[in-house]
Amino acid sequence: MTNGLIDFVLVSVALLAIGIYGLSVKRNAIRMLFAVEMIVNSANLNLVAFARFIPNSQGQTLALFSIAVAASEVAVGLALVIVAYRMYKNIDIADFRSLKG
Amino acid sequence: MVDSIFLSLSVLTIGSAIAALEIRSLIYGSIALMITLSGIAGFFLLLDAPFVAMFQLSVYVGSIAVLILFTVMLVRRELIFNKIEDPRRRYAGIGLMLIIMLGIGTIIIGSGLKSVETDAPSVDYKKIGEDFLTYYSPALIVMALILTSSVIGALALARREDVTSDQRTD
Repeated sequence: MTNGLIDFVLVSVALLAIGIYGLSVKRNAIRMLFAVEMIVNSANLNLVAFARFIPNSQGQTLALFSIAVAASEVAVGLALVIVAYRMYKNIDIADFRSLKG
Repeated sequence: MVDSIFLSLSVLTIGSAIAALEIRSLIYGSIALMITLSGIAGFFLLLDAPFVAMFQLSVYVGSIAVLILFTVMLVRRELIFNKIEDPRRRYAGIGLMLIIMLGIGTIIIGSGLKSVETDAPSVDYKKIGEDFLTYYSPALIVMALILTSSVIGALALARREDVTSDQRTD
């Protein structure tokens, strides 16, 4: 391997910081979901990178579980966005403050 | 030392991650997110984890990105291009991002991770299959239940209650 562990970890930190920026600044619900995806992906990258350099197989197994959980989370999150859009005719987070029908 | 493939992959991944959040149209944003997720799959290939890379491609790029695209298309057109944000909040967010990047980055560079190199052979993907079917098999079953319940939950949430079957015109 020509690339060390630290390179992958630094890329993952950069992705995590961009995701936190998106979560804290954006008010669009779908863009916030994008940011959550970036954070989950940076965690997966860390898992696989450490599993490669230890080396063992359990990090990859955990990354597979994490990808599956993230997929189900996005499905439910997008359904919630659609429901909220139907109620408020908007996807701005500031409008969702009182989530009552 | 890093090689050129790693450098170009990281520039692609991080650049399109920024584009996914900052580009004006949500449709182009979701395509940029797709490129980010493919870049992560490329990192998995560099890390000798082809099984995880293919899983990432099929789950994220294949299904989640398409799901996001369809949801974006269900939203009204002016909301796709809508971009209301507080400029002060934006500067604070950029500051937070730089603090996290520089802070955790210096901690990591100063730590002992720099010297970690390996010449060990990579893990065979057959080992992952064995793990799934022996030690992690209860977790695999729970995962199947979670996926099923999330699909049922998403369907139940997104169902329209105001349209009954006799109101349909077709």
